[in-house]
Amino acid sequence: MQPVATTFFFYLLAGLAIASGVLVITRRNPVHSALALILTLLSLAGLYLMLYAPFVAGVQIILYVGGIMVLFLFVIMLVNLERSEREKQFNQQWIAGVAAAIALGALFVSIYWKGHAIFPAPMKLAAETDNTQRVGEMLYSNYMFPFEIASLLLLVAIIGAVVMAKKRI
Amino acid sequence: MPGFITNYLDKSVHVTPGQYGSPFWALVYILLVFGGVSLAVVCMNWLERKILAHMQVRLGPMRVGPHGLLQPIADALKLILKEDIIPDGADRFVFWIAPLIILLSVFSVYCVIPFGPTHAITDMNIGILFMLGVSSLGVLGIVMAGWASNSHYPLIGALRSSAQMVSYEIAMGLAVVSAVLMTSLNDQGTGTLSMIGIVQAQYAQHTWFIFKFFPLGLLAFFIFAVAMVAETNRAPFDLPEAESELTAGFHTEYSGLRWSLFMLGEYAAMIAVSSIAITLWLGGWMRPFPNLLHGATWDLAFSLFPALTFFGIAALTFYSTVRMPKHSFFRIQTMGLGAFGGVFALIGLLLLIPRVRNDIQDVYWFIAKIALFMYLYIWYRGTFPRYRFDQLMKVGWKVLLPMGIGVLMLTGIVALRTEIVDFVRQLVHI
Repeated sequence: MQPVATTFFFYLLAGLAIASGVLVITRRNPVHSALALILTLLSLAGLYLMLYAPFVAGVQIILYVGGIMVLFLFVIMLVNLERSEREKQFNQQWIAGVAAAIALGALFVSIYWKGHAIFPAPMKLAAETDNTQRVGEMLYSNYMFPFEIASLLLLVAIIGAVVMAKKRI
Repeated sequence: MPGFITNYLDKSVHVTPGQYGSPFWALVYILLVFGGVSLAVVCMNWLERKILAHMQVRLGPMRVGPHGLLQPIADALKLILKEDIIPDGADRFVFWIAPLIILLSVFSVYCVIPFGPTHAITDMNIGILFMLGVSSLGVLGIVMAGWASNSHYPLIGALRSSAQMVSYEIAMGLAVVSAVLMTSLNDQGTGTLSMIGIVQAQYAQHTWFIFKFFPLGLLAFFIFAVAMVAETNRAPFDLPEAESELTAGFHTEYSGLRWSLFMLGEYAAMIAVSSIAITLWLGGWMRPFPNLLHGATWDLAFSLFPALTFFGIAALTFYSTVRMPKHSFFRIQTMGLGAFGGVFALIGLLLLIPRVRNDIQDVYWFIAKIALFMYLYIWYRGTFPRYRFDQLMKVGWKVLLPMGIGVLMLTGIVALRTEIVDFVRQLVHI
């Protein structure tokens, strides 16, 4: 099926992601911030779908929204909200912040204007139907070693968490 | 009729409306599914109360209508008319949006459920991933409801619920992966995550995945079946809403229509996860024994089942009509029950028409399997005592998770047995 109204959906999702991203840092209540972050992650999943990467979109929803954010909320609910709401939300380093923002913005603008040479030429889009198969093949052939290293790292993280949480095992 | 309606009805079209790109028919399917599921939830409400009552040697609702048939309508009216209370100190926005998030996540899942080879709203390349991902959003709604109520019991219920759902999701995912692994055992060696593709893989391999590599398929199905009950917060894993400990758990502070949205979400989620289990292990829309009992006679015999079911219900209804008390007070109820049976008999007659019969078959078998699962849910509730929370965690992490990993590894080994044997032979020769 041909995609419909791609421009509209791109701006809708991008706008949603930015607006909810701003909400994440401006809300005083950490639970509201977490909910806004969920909206950001969901609209990013929508953007992945528009890039013909349904597998990445699905994984984004399962891992980030269904797993990580639930744990975030789980922890936040146990925090004393009255005290955290009275704490200062922003620190006062305006000059450093503005400088960093301008530097990052200048980087983006310069890449936008003359960055075409840096990036590879756009490849032909693979069919959406075998996207997942391609990811699987790549992970188990070309990128086997990094994939296994990443899983080892995760295992170390799990063991580390258990060791730190339990004093006596 | 305009082209955008008739195009899809063309006999050569063998895809779902979503894949065909027909917004009109997609909308029709969405409305059908939404209406059907809501109706099923209403029926479930009545059936659960009746069946539970009969299991405990009670009568259940008997007052509103014959055999309490109109009880769901009375309940719905009561819920709509009840005052909608938002507790003082609650976070109003989160409180308001929590039941909506649960409903949204549950009903989004229905997008990819294949009721038949072409009877789904759409078919996605990542179907099963999408289902697991979106249904895991439901826990967000529960956590938000519990936190926003600003009350002790809902908060404890929400904490229990999120811990429970996050830990059972892992076992569930492992069981699903072993079923997806089985779809790749064909000539091309490419598996699929699409819901329709999974059922077609079972068709191509002439078996339901529950019987594949016995007992591996059965074990994976068992893991999923247990995790599924825990995911939907139903007895015996209904700790988040344990009445004796937490009043009603995360929805203690909800009342009226909002509360009924939680109930709708819970029952719709039960139907949704059951249909995942059916699609992955029980052959989806396929009728029983498609390869053992095949041929024109068997096809005809099995295609009569939908009509026979409706005739059976109609006969039961007429029997109860005759047995209604012969008192003028019950006259209207008796007439209504008779008319109800008449409607069922008419639907049964309609299903005898060959064209309707053939079109409805796939959907019928899918729904029949769902009905079986719904009965099991009620049966569990009537039979098992509730688990303690540490027992629940123990079952999830120490029994189901290792079992899931073991089943997954064994499935992979059995699936690649010829390759492994060849590999070992080569090693020995060298």
